[in-house]
Amino acid sequence: MTDFGFTLSCSSTLDLGKVDNDKFEELCRLEPGAGVCIGCGSCSAVCPSARLSGMSVRKVLLAVRRGRNVREMLQCCMLCGKCTIVCPRGINTRNLILSICKLYDD
Amino acid sequence: MNEIIVVIGGGIAGMEAVGTLLSLGHTPILIEAGPKLGGHVASWHKLFPDLSSAGELVSRLQEYMKGANIFLGTRVISLNRLADGYSLKLSNGMVINASAILLTTGFQLFDASRKEEYGYGVYDHVITNSDLEAWLAGRADARVPKNPEHIGFVHCVGSRDIKACNSQCSKVCCATAIKQAIEIKEKFPYARVYCFYMDLRLFGKKYEDFYVNAQRDYGIQFIRGRVSEVGETRDGALQIKAEDTLSGKPLKLRLDLLVLMSGIVRNDSIRELSLMAGLETDSDGFLRSVDNEYSVVESNRPGIFFAGACTGPKTVPETIAEARSAALSAHRYLQRTTIIR
Repeated sequence: MTDFGFTLSCSSTLDLGKVDNDKFEELCRLEPGAGVCIGCGSCSAVCPSARLSGMSVRKVLLAVRRGRNVREMLQCCMLCGKCTIVCPRGINTRNLILSICKLYDD
Repeated sequence: MNEIIVVIGGGIAGMEAVGTLLSLGHTPILIEAGPKLGGHVASWHKLFPDLSSAGELVSRLQEYMKGANIFLGTRVISLNRLADGYSLKLSNGMVINASAILLTTGFQLFDASRKEEYGYGVYDHVITNSDLEAWLAGRADARVPKNPEHIGFVHCVGSRDIKACNSQCSKVCCATAIKQAIEIKEKFPYARVYCFYMDLRLFGKKYEDFYVNAQRDYGIQFIRGRVSEVGETRDGALQIKAEDTLSGKPLKLRLDLLVLMSGIVRNDSIRELSLMAGLETDSDGFLRSVDNEYSVVESNRPGIFFAGACTGPKTVPETIAEARSAALSAHRYLQRTTIIR
């Protein structure tokens, strides 16, 4: 096998129309607040785990919207609830996180 | 009171001002260049945020200004300054000596075909906010497909855009996009609706509720990123490119319908009129008020007043409030000059 020359790397372009919306729609049924995130990032800014693990509720929710599997991203969540306290849109992030775990564990 | 106040422009600002002047005991004359009253609003479907009927507002105003002198399809040909007022020559041959003039000449929409990357007038399924509004109000439009699955809205087309020579925010398009997205989602419940925005500027009463409503109850997707280009696929659909800035990834999307939120720019057809009257233009291209805080309805010429979008983008309630304010200012101006004389 040759290990020289050029190869093509996969495009990182997101094809939004082909994103599988089922998981996100199911999530909206379990936690209606999922749809109203404005991506302000306050959840990630207060997260005690973020500094060490890169955990971000904002990123997790966006990744669900974009059809990616996010189960691993939540492993360092301690369910401390600080993100619920700061969310300006009043999203029940505790329920959101638990719902996401339920969705991806099935 | 037998002094004449001429109101130029028969949109909602002019209509409200005429109605208010009538109720103050004046005999205003309304001059409208077009064939009917109501201006832009007359061809709209519904108003945000309560989704009340635009047509009903126009009929209410028509009722309010009953008994006024109206000249439709008439333009001001020349305007001369007199010692105590203005002499206007109209296209119908009439000459009016007015003690005060109220300009309610409104705005025009940015010509979306100037943003060539969006392909308005080139591709089959690209329309503007005003096209969609007319379609929602019942006008047939072959560009709107029978059963679209993916519908996109582009915010800030010709607004906040130095390259388009309009660096200002048009103020109403964010709320309009949300309104139209909700309305089109109601027409096509199975379609996915996307709004591409730079910033969402939802400043007004209940606009934020309207936004939450669109997200939660209608599932409209808001994507932060400006559409960079639009192309047409072989089967006649549209392919757009943008950046999903929240995830930092390039994004492409196939659309069946693209709606461009054209911004509000100054009304070019009043250039001559403002030159004849000696009115100044502000740095944003709109007519210049004495100041932009306290005396927004007053011009640099004595006896000439402004109301509505001729001084910049405004919402419907702002326009109505300003029309009343300008009518009252004209009324007080006439009282003052009468006493001096």
